[in-house]
Amino acid sequence: MSKEATMAKVTALDFKKTLSSDFAKQILTAVLLPFIGLIVFLLLWASTAKNIDTSLGEFPGPAQVYSQAGTLITEHFAEREKAEAFYERQRERNEARMKVDPTYQPKIRDYTGKATFFDQIWTSLYTVMVGFIIASVIAVPIGIACGLSQKTYSAINPLIQIFKPVSPLAWLPLVTMVVSAVYVTDDPMFSKSFLTSALTVTLCCLWPTLINTAVGVSNISQDLVNVSRVLRLSKLAHVFKIVMPSSIPMIFTGLRLSLGIGWMVLIAAEMLAQNPGLGKFVWDEFQNGSSDSLARIMVAVLVIGVIGFMLDRLMLMIQRFVSWDKNAVLR
Amino acid sequence: MNELDKKHLELTRVGIEFPTPKGPFCALKDVDLKIAKGEFVSLIGHSGCGKSTVLNIVAGLYQATSGGVLLDNKEVNEPGPERAVVFQNHSLLPWLTAYENVELAVKQVFAKKMNKQEMKEWVNHNLELVHMTHAAHKRPDEISGGMKQRVGIARALAMQPKVLLMDEPFGALDALTRAHLQDSLMEIHAELGNTVIMITHDVDEAVLLSDRIVMMTNGPSATVGEILDVTLPRPRERLALADNPEYNHYRHEVLTFLYEKQRKVENVSTKKASGSKKGKEVA
Repeated sequence: MSKEATMAKVTALDFKKTLSSDFAKQILTAVLLPFIGLIVFLLLWASTAKNIDTSLGEFPGPAQVYSQAGTLITEHFAEREKAEAFYERQRERNEARMKVDPTYQPKIRDYTGKATFFDQIWTSLYTVMVGFIIASVIAVPIGIACGLSQKTYSAINPLIQIFKPVSPLAWLPLVTMVVSAVYVTDDPMFSKSFLTSALTVTLCCLWPTLINTAVGVSNISQDLVNVSRVLRLSKLAHVFKIVMPSSIPMIFTGLRLSLGIGWMVLIAAEMLAQNPGLGKFVWDEFQNGSSDSLARIMVAVLVIGVIGFMLDRLMLMIQRFVSWDKNAVLR
Repeated sequence: MNELDKKHLELTRVGIEFPTPKGPFCALKDVDLKIAKGEFVSLIGHSGCGKSTVLNIVAGLYQATSGGVLLDNKEVNEPGPERAVVFQNHSLLPWLTAYENVELAVKQVFAKKMNKQEMKEWVNHNLELVHMTHAAHKRPDEISGGMKQRVGIARALAMQPKVLLMDEPFGALDALTRAHLQDSLMEIHAELGNTVIMITHDVDEAVLLSDRIVMMTNGPSATVGEILDVTLPRPRERLALADNPEYNHYRHEVLTFLYEKQRKVENVSTKKASGSKKGKEVA
């Protein structure tokens, strides 16, 4: 009996050991390894940067980039203070005039200071979202139509194949000219540079969503289609009750690919269209050519990367929320 | 049963050909069958003999290339809820709960005939028939295979079909669950008196449940081989029947048909079976 007891103890001990080693392994893969990767990258970057001399001085290392990030933040707050001060002065002036002349209609003028780094991030996000949403609204229905009908697919497929590989930079001049020709108003709601950038994003965002939606829809299980036929669901009910829910995963795969592409395209489009977002920031710094420019561009590069990553996570969260299969492995 | 009764569902010289790269494949030829109202008919035969094809033609999912199907003297040429199908692999919508799956059918079929409260009661009534009230708000992936099949049956029953079509409804279940569901199905059939066509591989299941067993010859060009009337009194008890000589006689008849008259040479049969499958897929 004592032998049995010791056996039980030994297995319990072994179990504890494996448990703790499993835990250690998890920490290693989840925290330590990414951290090591990051450190190695920073070291390599710092050591290589020193040896690259450009006409704008030494290539910025992590330290310079860090300090420029700080500068960009202080500049942002300084600019905000200036704006507030401007509005305060304007209010005081208007009040003073109202006292003298009660019939006076106060004029409110907008502050016209330069856009800060954070304003530019906001503009970029807004622009990419508008372009992406337009693309999705177009691509998902067409994708569903292609997935449902082989004939529609055959008709549209050549167009998809031809336009899919086109670079945004080839579209941009055409979009610019069309926007200037078509969008003519005295009181424009959007600036032309914004429309040009957003539409260029749209043109490049269409394809992954369209293709993935079509594939998802055409792979619906025949059994579910038969259920729909036996129930005599109308075309519309078939799409909303059977087709959409079962192809949600593929639609979202397409949407995530599209958003990723859209974000990349946007930076290039903003550079050329001069939309006041991150692309214009990079371009302006490059043209400016001060000794800090490269470090500031590097800040933008990192911010662009982080935002791209966060956009993808955001889509993943939306997918989790919308998808019925909460156990599906999403990555 | 007199001749007039037998005219509820009528298959007349039904045949179907599937186009294949090697030319048309004749899966069924001259299938004649008359089924009376309230009758429980099983189709039995070796795999690949076209049982499912017959069912799919009655359901309207396939179009017969020759002959035709009449239900209450109306030609069947498209699927519809008056010929509800219980699919082999349940075919529940995985994103809806058991209740919502049945509700989808009820909303579609009784859109103009019932108000919301009546619909709710009707859905719950059908779930109760198959003993699934306790799991009404679970999704298909949260319940067992047998329970999924029960919900599938509830969905079909909720359409109040003239004919209930069942395509190997219990084929994918273990023996105990299958026995349970067979008992439930007998209860329901006794209570509602639906006309049922069921496909099965299982000789015991066929004898236990059916009023008539339709035995099909091997494909290609499969057709009705023999029809066996099962006149065992209802309600039937599986335990009592185990020693019943009449029951064993029926079993023997079916087994003789399957393993003597229609015996398959294995290597040929697998080829033919895959041939007919391919034909279906092309269609």
